[in-house]
Amino acid sequence: MTRFASQNSWTLGLAALLIVLLITTKLIQPDFGISGLDSLARAALPYALATLGMAVVVISGGIDLSLAAMMAVTSVTAATLMQGATDPQSAAVVLLVLALGTALGAINGSLIVVTRVPDIVVTLAMLYVWQGTALLILNAPGGAAAPWLRDLIVGGVTLPLIPSALTQWLPKAVVFLAVTLALIWLPIRRSKLGLMFYAIGSDPLAAFRSGVPVNLTKIAAYAVTGLFAAVGGLAVTLSTGIGEPIPGPYLMTSVAAVVLGGVTLGGGRGGLIGPILAVFILRLVRMDLTLLNVDPNITTIIEGAIMVVVVMFGAVLASRGKP
Amino acid sequence: MTQARTQTLTQTLTQALRLMAQNPLIPLTLLLFLLIGALELMQPGIVNPRWTSNTLKFAIPLAMLAACQTLTMLTGGIDLSAGTSATITAFVTATLTPLIGVPMAVTLGLTCALTAGLFNGLGIAVARVHPLIMTLGTALIANGCLLVYQRFVIASGTRIPDVLVWLGTGRTFGLPNGLALFVPFAALILWTEKRTGFGRLLYAIGSNESATRLAGVRRGPVLFALYALSGLIAGLTGLLYLGLVKTASLSLALPLDLPSVAAAVIGGTSIFGGRGGYAGTIIGALILTVLATMLTLLQMPEGARRILFGLIILAVTALYIRLTEKG
Amino acid sequence: MTQTPTQAPILDAKGVAKRFGAVTALHDASLIVQKGQIVALMGANGAGKSTFVKILTGALRADSGQIRLRGRDFTATSPASARKAGLVPVYQEPSLIPDLDVADNLRLGNTDPDAFRHWVQQLGITDLRLDATIGRLPLATLRILDLARALAADPDLLLLDEMTAALPTDLVARVLQVVRAQADQGRSVIYISHRFTEIAAICDRATVLRDGATVGDLRIEPGIEDRIVDLMLGGHADAAATVTRRTTTGPTRLQIRDLQAGTHLKGVSFDLRQGEVLGVIALEGQGQDELFDVLAGNRRATAGTLTVNGTPHSFTHPAEAIAAGLTLVPGDRAHALLMTRSVRENIALPLVARLRNWGPIPRQAEAARVTAAIERLQIDTRAQGEVRRLSGGNQQKVTIARWIAKGVQTLLLFDPTRGIDIRTKRQIYALVRDLANQGAAVLFYTSELAEIRLACDRAVVIFNGRVVDIIDAAQADEATLMRAAYGLKAPA
Repeated sequence: MTRFASQNSWTLGLAALLIVLLITTKLIQPDFGISGLDSLARAALPYALATLGMAVVVISGGIDLSLAAMMAVTSVTAATLMQGATDPQSAAVVLLVLALGTALGAINGSLIVVTRVPDIVVTLAMLYVWQGTALLILNAPGGAAAPWLRDLIVGGVTLPLIPSALTQWLPKAVVFLAVTLALIWLPIRRSKLGLMFYAIGSDPLAAFRSGVPVNLTKIAAYAVTGLFAAVGGLAVTLSTGIGEPIPGPYLMTSVAAVVLGGVTLGGGRGGLIGPILAVFILRLVRMDLTLLNVDPNITTIIEGAIMVVVVMFGAVLASRGKP
Repeated sequence: MTQARTQTLTQTLTQALRLMAQNPLIPLTLLLFLLIGALELMQPGIVNPRWTSNTLKFAIPLAMLAACQTLTMLTGGIDLSAGTSATITAFVTATLTPLIGVPMAVTLGLTCALTAGLFNGLGIAVARVHPLIMTLGTALIANGCLLVYQRFVIASGTRIPDVLVWLGTGRTFGLPNGLALFVPFAALILWTEKRTGFGRLLYAIGSNESATRLAGVRRGPVLFALYALSGLIAGLTGLLYLGLVKTASLSLALPLDLPSVAAAVIGGTSIFGGRGGYAGTIIGALILTVLATMLTLLQMPEGARRILFGLIILAVTALYIRLTEKG
Repeated sequence: MTQTPTQAPILDAKGVAKRFGAVTALHDASLIVQKGQIVALMGANGAGKSTFVKILTGALRADSGQIRLRGRDFTATSPASARKAGLVPVYQEPSLIPDLDVADNLRLGNTDPDAFRHWVQQLGITDLRLDATIGRLPLATLRILDLARALAADPDLLLLDEMTAALPTDLVARVLQVVRAQADQGRSVIYISHRFTEIAAICDRATVLRDGATVGDLRIEPGIEDRIVDLMLGGHADAAATVTRRTTTGPTRLQIRDLQAGTHLKGVSFDLRQGEVLGVIALEGQGQDELFDVLAGNRRATAGTLTVNGTPHSFTHPAEAIAAGLTLVPGDRAHALLMTRSVRENIALPLVARLRNWGPIPRQAEAARVTAAIERLQIDTRAQGEVRRLSGGNQQKVTIARWIAKGVQTLLLFDPTRGIDIRTKRQIYALVRDLANQGAAVLFYTSELAEIRLACDRAVVIFNGRVVDIIDAAQADEATLMRAAYGLKAPA
């Protein structure tokens, strides 16, 4: 138990911080309840999915600056194809978009492997490419989302047989996130592929010598990032009802949340729970400030300051922790 | 006979490639002229003195902002707040000029950029935050500050100092006046990076930080000075760009932000530090500017232009890496 | 050790060649290993040893040549494929993933945990936890884990590259014993080491590489060392280094009293005099790393005093140590060199370190100093450009040349000859003596006991974080030093 606590102290600290913030919110706004939680979760969902994608690739020793642009490509693809589609057709669209995201990510990874250009440069170049692609697909925000899919992330959970009072406080968006995590990351983390991600992030040479196919693993990591980006793009389309060709501010927030969440830039360390908690903390701070009637621009300053201060603090702690 | 010939040919080719690898400026310059040639083929007569002057005019602010990226990248860092700093200087100068006059407005504008640079320096040099994160955070905070500031000054209106307009858009003997600022600037940067102790230390820190420490170098003051300098350069770029664009907006230098990184990268500066230099960056900025003209000329939809832009950055860097690894 | 001559050798490599651009790394390398044999692969730095190893283990492809494993043609495409074919390498640097624990590392490499645990115990480590994170384990333990992992793969042919370089003496003995026993049971081993004592103790044959070609395949027998050295040096062997020791020494340069740091350095006291080369001998992890770090200003002492020329000091940064004349050549060249910069910039680095040198570089003065240092150390600068293209020996010379150019007062050398060839070693001994004669004081930690007699005046022996003996070099035969290093003598 103490071992668990010491190994996960950062994550536990984040969880405690999140709870403190939730309590603060309730104190600031006594009305804060089911609908507040729901809108918080729904607003945080695309950020959380972007952060998951970023976390995977950072753990594997890379970084993907094209993440938000990939979300834009998948978002507009989904919105364009879903316009006027029947329910089964839109289900097929979802699968297609997921496959598309994985392919975009795999292209990023392959280009890094083939060209041997550093990750940060390749994904910077691909940021333009995916942005352009999104604009070619849809020149301005538009398209549609299937209502039954929108229903997946809007509102609280209702289950048959169980009184809704017990379940509706749990936003569907959170369930959606948990299911995504369980379906995509859990099997990977349990398998050797997950170990390989950590291995190539920690020490690529040692990984190669341990028999890890470093290049293939790298491509796989970027593909998983693309998959998360696709889920994120879908979430954008589902929560707004339209496709958005201009990438949202997900890139910066995801990098910040990944670092806040305890994943070391450079790779090999951290998990996915910490970054998700970090996303919710960042969103909750923003919400609290809005509730306090703070000028939204000042909110941006404060948000930036929090991000910088926490990261500075983390950096100081990390350098202290070294022998 | 043919085989022998092929062999000589391969040998010559290998030698040529090695020569290029030792001096990346050669292939870069070749590429620049290749692009200009292609442009002339696409629309005969376009390459004339007027076009040249225009290209230089637009390349100058890009090359200046890319100096921030080059210098910080030499140490293994990056300055993603440079675009924001440039915008702030430009906006503050334009809004304060009607109130307090040109000299004070310019001074205050540059002070803002310098402050952002000092803040970066503080985080990176003292608290040891990763430069990518620190400068992104600074950009975020600075942008928020700018939005708040805008609220208070919106009524007073803007004026762009004549000096800046002269620098940004004026022409003397067919050459843009911006060169009057840029030539000494570039000379100073090149001299600093090659011929001063400070420049040596930038390369040293980027090449191996712990070795630099063991050789008795204190990293903190170097990085602090570097990011402050980067902020100042960004501010200077903002002033010049303000004169060029002639409107103060909150997203003024945004179109230069990522291209400035691209210019440094294409110019052969390693993003991991220790390799490269400003000479390549200048050519990189020219290449990007020529490329932009070419894409406009092709009347491509915005989407296709971005795609091409991305692919070209990638292709150039990939080629460059091939060449240096052979050597 | 006997083998039937009709049986095909385990490994038979012939005429292996490899070029990198214009540089020929190997042009005719060959190596034959019979079943049950341990063959030493020897060669000075730059002879092509590491390229040969990379080709054998699949990290590089040969341009030409034939490699047969158990009589069949064999081309490794990756370490994994070499392992599948029965050739298991243990590299010079640990190849375990630092951020994963031991168990995950085993899973990653498909290693049987039971077999692994068996070998770890055989190799003398009894308290290993499988949930320990690799990055937190000491280097010596990691080397043992690497070897245990290799043995657990049940290899036909084991390739050990400088396996013992970072090991304390007790573990070295254990490793040699296990490796010899494995060979006697029919496994074959390629053993790469600079240490003749180990080669004499366990190897059957030695294959010698020089300038990219195999120049000899000898049976190990008493007195073979001289022949191997001759072959490695290719005729231009110097006479055995004779050290003219000083009989008189100058005033005290460095006075160290009860210095403590970290968990290993528990209280060390000794004096270093001007004009003296003082050796330091210690088994792995006895506090010598901390001692050198404290002296170089790279780490703070927790207690004790350090006096330089009579003035007490407490350094918080290497810059302060350098200002006091204490300059360090660290054990790992990768921690000292700017690999992507030129020889000149590397040597001139301390000259621009201080704030007052941020301005213009006095180019002629700098060039004069750098050239003088390069000439004094006979650095081979034919490989122009980046330092990473130099051989290991030349790189080590650059790290020393840096301080020659700056001006040496007190030189701290941490295992400066580890992993470099004999010729360069001898040049370093001569240089160190020369510096001392000119008034420098040198502190010389070495992991090779024989170097005390070759290069030093006296030797301080540290055991368990304390000085246990100070021995005059004349009496410092290896047996005496070894006994002292094991703490078999009452504290001085």
